[in-house]
Amino acid sequence: MLRHVPQLINLFATLILLLSFAMISQRRIGSLINLFMMQGAALVAASWLLAYATQQPDLYWSGALTLLLKVVFIPWMLQRLIRKLNVRWDVETLINIPTTMLVGIALVIFAFGLALPVSRLSHSMAGGSLGIALACVLLAFMMMITRSKAVPQVIGFLSMENGLIFAATTATNGMPMIVEFGIALDVLVGVLILGVFMFQIREKFDSLDIHHLESLRED
Amino acid sequence: MSWLGAFSQSLALLTAVLLAPLLTGWVNACRARLQNKKPPSLLQPYRLLHKLFHKDSVMAEHASSLYRSAPYVIFACMLMACAIVPTLSTDLPLSPAADGIALVGLFALARVFMSLAAMDVGTAFGSLGARREMLVGFLAEPALLMVLFCASMITRSTSLTEIVETLAHRDLAIYPSLLLAGVAFTMVSLAENARVPVDNPDTHLELTMIHEALILEYSARHLALLEWAASLKLFVYSGIGLALFFPWGVAEANAPLALLLALPVLVFKLAIGGALMALIETLNAKMRVFRVPEFLGTAFLMAVIGLLVNVLLGVG
Repeated sequence: MLRHVPQLINLFATLILLLSFAMISQRRIGSLINLFMMQGAALVAASWLLAYATQQPDLYWSGALTLLLKVVFIPWMLQRLIRKLNVRWDVETLINIPTTMLVGIALVIFAFGLALPVSRLSHSMAGGSLGIALACVLLAFMMMITRSKAVPQVIGFLSMENGLIFAATTATNGMPMIVEFGIALDVLVGVLILGVFMFQIREKFDSLDIHHLESLRED
Repeated sequence: MSWLGAFSQSLALLTAVLLAPLLTGWVNACRARLQNKKPPSLLQPYRLLHKLFHKDSVMAEHASSLYRSAPYVIFACMLMACAIVPTLSTDLPLSPAADGIALVGLFALARVFMSLAAMDVGTAFGSLGARREMLVGFLAEPALLMVLFCASMITRSTSLTEIVETLAHRDLAIYPSLLLAGVAFTMVSLAENARVPVDNPDTHLELTMIHEALILEYSARHLALLEWAASLKLFVYSGIGLALFFPWGVAEANAPLALLLALPVLVFKLAIGGALMALIETLNAKMRVFRVPEFLGTAFLMAVIGLLVNVLLGVG
């Protein structure tokens, strides 16, 4: 069993990358949130596997925290938010989706090329996945750039955080617990504040398009 | 060439030719059941073939010899494809004749003849279908090639029999790149077999149909051959999918007992695969024709990322 653990972690890493691409190509907000939830679940599975293989109880806690926050609470909150804001259908992208996917491929190649020499030096169990984690971060970043509505941008932000946590987990076998707690709290507070922001944007402009925020002058 | 090799080759061909309509019937029955309809008999495709072979063929007045010969060429292509995909045994004397790349070429040959024949009689529907078929084909082929290359990179061979031998008899290893290739392959095979997100195999009435528009002018034995070839294509695609992603239970050379066991294993795997295909078809709605390039482009990208992951994580 232990022999297959690094391979399984790589499998979950690939699943996380696959879900990142699925999120980029998704047009509906409801499905986007479901994909984000699945990505969180894959992250939890990967970190628990690593915990099992390296015998670190810390990683079990970190996985449990991710499960509670990113698989259960935040998706539930986002679903409630889009129900209240009534924005189930409208995901508008600035560049069309096939172009975004092509740029995504270039980002993946860049990330893999960048990570290959680093992961050769790494002695951790799943060091090879560092490139995938980096690619996930870049893809999520691109998603934040190319989406014009507020909710997908928040999901992009959260997905980027998924990628960062995964990078930390695979490169160093997990961060100190206090850092994990700090990040988790930051994300939670960040999402709550962004939720309030979305309501405010809607109140002010009758739309969640953040282009309205670009002009400074009050008419 | 050993006698056992010749035997397993002819057994594989016979199985493909006889089981292919059953697979189509099974997928249709599963789909009807999932959609709360009364399922047609599993033998319905055989009855259709029987009926069509006993009818008199009607030809368009200006049909050329190409139109007449196309069904035979297409059927022969699919037969050859069946012969080189290891479904029952890897001991196939014909398999050195064509590897994975040539297999894609065989599909392309069939596609070209299909489209030319559809345009030959000069009806609007035929040429419309032909154009759409080429649109789907030119996007699906590179994706299929990339999927095959993912497997070739792991096993260092493009021959399908060697891929199966290497994948099935190495001790269990999990290849993340095959996950991506699997997703890509599912998308390609849905598009290539005229299944729901891309085409609807049930209807003659929709303006968006592809496969049915191509064979609209054919009748009787020619139509029967084309329908049979379509079933064979579905069978070959299922065979490739099983060979790349679930290669266990395929017999090796000089193993007559394993050959005996391989048939029930194959039927079992095909039954599950067909049911899954019916499930995918039920869960998805047919997409607009202009969405098809995006769908197949995604499949291509998935396969390319599979190759990249292979490079990053190392092979084997």
